[in-house]
Amino acid sequence: MKQDTSSTPDVLVIGGGNAALCAALTAREAGASVLLLEAAPREWRGGNSSHTRNLRCMHDAPQDVLTEAYPEEEFWQDLKKVTGGRTNEQLARLAIRESSRCRDWMRRHGVHFQPSLSGTLHLSRTNAFFMGGGKALVNAYYRSAEALGVRIRYEAPVDRLEVVDGEFRAAWIGQERIVARSCVLASGGFESNREWLREAWGQNADGEWPADNFAIRGTRFNRGVLLKAMMESGADTIGDPSQSHCVAVDARAPLYDGGICTRIDCVSLGIVVNRHAQRFYDEGEDFWPKRYAIWGRLVAQQPGQVGFSVIDSKAVGRFMPPVFPGAKADTLEGLARQLGLEEQAFVRTVRDYNAACRVGTFDHTVLDDCHTDGVTPAKTHWALPLDTPPFYGYALKPGITFTYLGLKVDERAAAHFKGKPSRNLFVAGEMMAGNVLGQGYTAGVGMTIGTVFGRIAGASAAVAARNEGVEHAAA
Amino acid sequence: MQQLEALLREASDLAEGVVVPSAAEAEVERVMKICNACRYCEGFCAVFPAMTRRLEFAQADVHYLANLCHNCGACLHACQYAPPHEFAVNIPQAMAKVRGQTYSDFAWPSSLGTLYRNNGLTVALALATGLALFLVMALARNGTLFHAPLAGDFYAIFPHNLLVSMFGPVFLFVAVALGLGVAKFWRGISAGDPNAAAIAETAHDVLKLKYLDGGHGQGCPNEDDANTLARRRFHHLTFYGFMLCFAATSVATIYHYVFGWAAPYALTSLPVVLGTLGGIGLLIGPAGLLWLNLQRHAQHGDAAQKPMDRGFIALLLLTGATGLALLAGRDTAAMALLLALHLGAVMALFLTMPYGKFAHGIFRTAALLKWSIEKRTPNPVGVGSE
Repeated sequence: MKQDTSSTPDVLVIGGGNAALCAALTAREAGASVLLLEAAPREWRGGNSSHTRNLRCMHDAPQDVLTEAYPEEEFWQDLKKVTGGRTNEQLARLAIRESSRCRDWMRRHGVHFQPSLSGTLHLSRTNAFFMGGGKALVNAYYRSAEALGVRIRYEAPVDRLEVVDGEFRAAWIGQERIVARSCVLASGGFESNREWLREAWGQNADGEWPADNFAIRGTRFNRGVLLKAMMESGADTIGDPSQSHCVAVDARAPLYDGGICTRIDCVSLGIVVNRHAQRFYDEGEDFWPKRYAIWGRLVAQQPGQVGFSVIDSKAVGRFMPPVFPGAKADTLEGLARQLGLEEQAFVRTVRDYNAACRVGTFDHTVLDDCHTDGVTPAKTHWALPLDTPPFYGYALKPGITFTYLGLKVDERAAAHFKGKPSRNLFVAGEMMAGNVLGQGYTAGVGMTIGTVFGRIAGASAAVAARNEGVEHAAA
Repeated sequence: MQQLEALLREASDLAEGVVVPSAAEAEVERVMKICNACRYCEGFCAVFPAMTRRLEFAQADVHYLANLCHNCGACLHACQYAPPHEFAVNIPQAMAKVRGQTYSDFAWPSSLGTLYRNNGLTVALALATGLALFLVMALARNGTLFHAPLAGDFYAIFPHNLLVSMFGPVFLFVAVALGLGVAKFWRGISAGDPNAAAIAETAHDVLKLKYLDGGHGQGCPNEDDANTLARRRFHHLTFYGFMLCFAATSVATIYHYVFGWAAPYALTSLPVVLGTLGGIGLLIGPAGLLWLNLQRHAQHGDAAQKPMDRGFIALLLLTGATGLALLAGRDTAAMALLLALHLGAVMALFLTMPYGKFAHGIFRTAALLKWSIEKRTPNPVGVGSE
């Protein structure tokens, strides 16, 4: 057995993304010695945080990059709405209030903000964008952590925990035992654990395992090892183990780390058909930013877990440009051939839809009056006939952003065992986001939870380590 | 079968006069399409806001964006798709490769564009020629490189009119070659008509090196992801040092022709003060840039252009060093030697200007001017405005 021979850290942080870094920095600022273990090699550090771009942030007046005001109550109502009430109001309000205070601290550690990106005007009031995105933020935090003396180890995947009566004793990497006075777990969900996803999604009526066809939008290192380890140690969990945030991405997206750019944003401007060239859901139900997150699940429920977003040339330039060029043809038949769809069925679907379009005044900025009449499913807004070649088509598959299953915590971010908070084991980030975000999503709230509870967990862990030191001195 | 189709398409494109992009241009087009679907780097510089005004990246757009890029490196370190990601997005490198190609493609006369490709050799030959020319001339004219002190009277070695007849045509050629080159580039990127506001903004962005500030004022990366203002500051020393030296020569020319005041000028005279300050700038600035260049992260920019970068930096450094040495030794017996060395370096610097790293300033200024014009017009794409 190999023991970590260097001095025992006060606080052990397991994970290497935003929440882990916020915890490590805060614990170090509180005077604790900190060791951070990142499972990934240096070039892949940062977990899903590297793919993020902003932080949802309460503010009572315009700030540097934030317009108008986004008061606590409005933020809370938004959260209540997207989660359908599956949230803990006390923890949610804690996250909201702290979000209004954390940006100066972030700046001190090298994070810069920029105005909302082009194409994201709807977020300019609510979300503060990181200049250069999440990877720039992660780089800044690592740099600051190193400067402050946080010890960082890469390629250090913890595979089990020693937890006795709800108290953290040590973490294990293979045969290496790492002890610490307290511990923060911030190592993400289980979205890149293929076997677990398969189990969570199960088998469909056609005998398919839908999860086998999913892309993972983020890191390949979120395998849920410690989530499972904690569950086996008897930790209290929260959130639906079968649920994940799932969007429709380009079917050519890489298996991991496709990030934001593989999203297909033209759904509401055209129609979406399945492998049998049949439409299956109202593409114009609501504004795209409010609806994009349902399309992953919708596509997952289709045969082969594939869909095809089809537009005509009227839509070009009205949506975020896709990363891969679409199939392009001057005829519907030609497009069907390129997409591998049965020509007659596809042409019939488009003709039926076109014939059903009741075109009023097209306006993508409001829920306009362009709708269909007489097709099922209906398209309730922005229904324009696909009649202006060239036609474009994009194959879609489900892309998992994160999983909802997490560990129950309190306002100190303490892990719970049979309803009792742990003295020295704390949880932050995706591993506990389910306390605030039981379902649904709204842009930037994951980084809000990660930042706020990362800092809380770091502060709590520093206090726990100090108290243990005092107890030892007294003994 | 697909390969055959692609070949056929390429052949018919060639026959119809469709522009087939170079590998470097195709790479910029590829990575720009990835960036345009992400846009996280919009705050760093002008390249990304300019990108969002486009959905397609034709050759002219690629030339424009490549020269708008300052190779600061910020976007590479921030990029979630940078290597080892399979998308392998490296904007600074892709842009640098096209930039090098545009210098060569738009060179005037075009046959001399090839000088860029072996720029290290070009600079070495120019320097050798310049030095040999003035050393031999000094020997031929005076019989020796060492002489009784002449109290700084350069014209006792090389008469004023001789120097004018040598440097005047070279200077004119440099101005014409660079002017015609950048004019062709300007037409190629169809830049539009500048107004006063656009010109003023461009001047500001060029003179302040706005886009080396990282978008947040803390500078840009060099050897790793840490931000530093060092590159901007050393570039300022270099650029303003060069301009001060140029000003010194211009003032001396006015003294000579307008007032009839002949050199040598006193140490406290305007030309000497300007030249001394400029020389110090040309010593510290290029030395710092060279040091930064040697430390630079391996993935920044185009490794093949490093000899060109360093050759130009070395020439500037040599110009500054020999100029100051000449000033220090102008009252000694070594003045002729020092003068020949300095004039040789200056001649090499001017001769290679239209075919070396100096061109980056001209082409980038043109690209910045286009950006200042373009940003004042409505965004033709307008994604997200609805």
